[in-house]
Amino acid sequence: MITLNINGKDKQLDAPDDMPILWALRDVAQLTGTKFGCGMAQCGACTVHLDGQAIRSCVTPVSAAVGKKITTIEAMQDDKVGQAVQAAWQEIDVVQCGYCQSGQIMAATALLATNQTPTDADIDAAMSGNICRCGTYPRIRAAIHAAASKLA
Amino acid sequence: MSAPLNISRRTFLKATALVAGGLVIAFAIPQAKRFLMPGADKAPASPDAAKLPAPNAFLRIGTDNSITVMLAHSEMGQSIWTTLPMLIAEELDADWSTIKVEHASAAPEYVHTAYGIQITGGSSTTWSEFDRYRQAGALTRALLVSAAAQKLGVAADSLRTENGFVVSGTDKISFGDLAEAATNLPTPTSVTLKDPKDWKIIGKATKRLDGPEKINGTAKFGQDVQFEGLKTAMVARAPVFGGKVKSFDDTASKQIKGVHNVVQVPTGVAVIADNYWSAKQGRDALKIDWDLGENAMLDSKKMLEEYRTLAASPGLAAAKAGDTQSAFSKSTTVIEAEYVAPYLAHSPMEPLNCAVKITEDGCEIWTGTQMQTTDQGAAAKILGLKPEQVKIHTLFLGGGFGRRANPAADFVSEAVQVAKAAGVPVKTVWTREDDVKGGYYRPMFLHKAKIAVGADGMPTAWEHTEVGQSIMTGTPFESVMIKDGVDATSVEGVADSPYLKSVPNHQVNLHTVKATIPVLWWRSVGHSHSAFAMESLIDELAHTAKQDPLEYRRALLKDHPRHLAALNLAAEKAEWGKPLPKGVSRGIAVHESFGSFVTQVAEVSVVKGEVKVHRMVTAIDCGLAVNPDSLKAQMESSISFGLGAALFSEITFKEGQVQQSNFHDYQVLRMKDMPKVEVYIVQSTEKMGGVGEPGLPPVAPAVTNAIFAATGKRIRSLPIANQLA
Ligand code: FES
Ligand code: FES
Repeated sequence: MITLNINGKDKQLDAPDDMPILWALRDVAQLTGTKFGCGMAQCGACTVHLDGQAIRSCVTPVSAAVGKKITTIEAMQDDKVGQAVQAAWQEIDVVQCGYCQSGQIMAATALLATNQTPTDADIDAAMSGNICRCGTYPRIRAAIHAAASKLA
Repeated sequence: MSAPLNISRRTFLKATALVAGGLVIAFAIPQAKRFLMPGADKAPASPDAAKLPAPNAFLRIGTDNSITVMLAHSEMGQSIWTTLPMLIAEELDADWSTIKVEHASAAPEYVHTAYGIQITGGSSTTWSEFDRYRQAGALTRALLVSAAAQKLGVAADSLRTENGFVVSGTDKISFGDLAEAATNLPTPTSVTLKDPKDWKIIGKATKRLDGPEKINGTAKFGQDVQFEGLKTAMVARAPVFGGKVKSFDDTASKQIKGVHNVVQVPTGVAVIADNYWSAKQGRDALKIDWDLGENAMLDSKKMLEEYRTLAASPGLAAAKAGDTQSAFSKSTTVIEAEYVAPYLAHSPMEPLNCAVKITEDGCEIWTGTQMQTTDQGAAAKILGLKPEQVKIHTLFLGGGFGRRANPAADFVSEAVQVAKAAGVPVKTVWTREDDVKGGYYRPMFLHKAKIAVGADGMPTAWEHTEVGQSIMTGTPFESVMIKDGVDATSVEGVADSPYLKSVPNHQVNLHTVKATIPVLWWRSVGHSHSAFAMESLIDELAHTAKQDPLEYRRALLKDHPRHLAALNLAAEKAEWGKPLPKGVSRGIAVHESFGSFVTQVAEVSVVKGEVKVHRMVTAIDCGLAVNPDSLKAQMESSISFGLGAALFSEITFKEGQVQQSNFHDYQVLRMKDMPKVEVYIVQSTEKMGGVGEPGLPPVAPAVTNAIFAATGKRIRSLPIANQLA
């Protein structure tokens, strides 16, 4: 048993130390909003926040999260920046298949939490680790700019 | 379009009461209307399309005023979850905010109106359902109006419908309040569809209905299926296609915590575990001795050499006019070129997965599939069941691009085999490595062309030979799609090219090579390589003739108004001919596929051997654009998908094995590589075409033509990768 703080609550999970946070979230805590896409930090589908930082949960073992706060897509509606990002996503109708979008939103929220006025180059740098096979990139870019101006 | 449709002749209708109360509308497609592809004339043998008219529904109106649209097709990003409900809501005069959507089950009612099996593919959903879904809406509206007329004791034609209500003067009754009465009424034999000028929803940019749940993480994909007792399975498959298990040792595997069982299945060895992590560790610990079989020395470089050798001889004729030989002998200018497109994986964002629960009297399957009735039939066969004993639950697809429409039902069949062998409900999950190495690729193709040019710079003879694997061989589509040994999808975009029609002497030949590697339709199928070859060759010809590539195309396509419309709109919006910033060049390509006509204009620079695509201007003529915003999204999507493939992606083989494994070596497009995209829609009343795929074919050649304009280097093989370094 390991104790993880997920979305503000301590949870006891039956997960071995080396289990990636991704699988502890999905298969043990039954929080399936965080997605699996590659398992080797190549696609960003599994992005969550660890103490506010965007991390790839597929390569981060649960042992690294002990005593820290894990935040997932399921809690973004309670986050001020997360709300602005989700509202912009809805306004610009970003999603297609939707599978990458939890990770995109977590990455975008982490970006906007530290950089309220991201340039296109900032967006390229922060978001290029998140693959979207449906090619929603132009809308993601537009939505990040829109969320930034709402937050300003 | 406002003429009454005689429904009884066109479709078989049923209005039945649901257990839950409310109105259910079902249509079944008569056999006679089934044909495989637009233009195909005879009905294929469709073993999967059972003939029993089971009562299924396209539309449910609940007594609580809810309106649920049942989708015969799968939502995989293309926004059909919104487009099909738009058609129903338009005719029904429904309140758009009350619309709910569900994937239908696998059943004969839901077979494709043109293809005769339940399939989402061929960029065909909107045009093939345009009548059926509107009729479902119109028929329901008629029943609700009749019910209201009876209730109010007035004539039906004194009533109108509006936003979920039947309105009579100042009175109004909600659809939900009429739903039960409507079920007891006789089904009308004809309905009148709205005049397009009265459309309130069709043709208007409409937000996706699946947006909210895909933004807050609650949307359920196949990967997210969980229920009590469901185990996770991971299959170790042969490292070489066609390989077989000789023997295996699962001692170490079974010692991993969370691993329950290890079973052999036809495709390999499956580890059954509590969760993904245990299954993965369990699989890593397996020791398997493989019989690699006859593909053990497969090598894509050598294959390409064999393709070249084959291309030197004519093969089977796919199109022929005039006499190319005598035209070549008379010509002073002849160009010869070879174009190559590699094997490609679809790599949808959601790796494949499939959950299966076998019960005493049937089987339930949860997955994201583009081909429900085929999967159902395959599962039934494995389990010795009737198709209707297999219930398919379609979840959202985390991308399909063709990979989830497999006539061989590979990932579903395998999951059923695992569940059968393990004796427990299982969800098989694929890693990304399994996906990249798992086959069912876009086949590698070689195009070899020899073209004679006349004094006016126009082609006078064109000989074109293709070499590649057939997608349709061995599938239920074979009888319709392969004629005289020529797979239509191998030569589409070449044999039927509008350019060749203008060339008096032409011949298209095909060599279909042995099916060594599992192949499948990959977004835009044969057009994904043929447009690259054709639009590059046209560019070569324009430069040989010292003519502007746009003007050259205009001259050759003068009798093809839809090509011209897309060409002219894109050229105008891209300001073709206007100088660009230093170092930036333009390229253009136009291609018809899936009934739509798309032009792409690329603005590209090459700096230190690296290609940067700055802007893509797209124009499409797809006839009516039912939802212009989702059409735009599909163009953006096609550009991203096509550009990633053009720049980076390829699957290669060495010593039998796939050399790529994950997104670090099977590279796809990322944010930093995405150009600005502008999409323009030709205002068109022409026949409707598709939008999911047609944007893709002209992407690669527009970019490589721009590279030629920038550098003078002609890219004749994809991906571009480091060819300019
Ligand atoms: S699943 Fe973690 S980065 Fe791809
Ligand atoms: S929306 Fe499909 S992968 Fe991004």
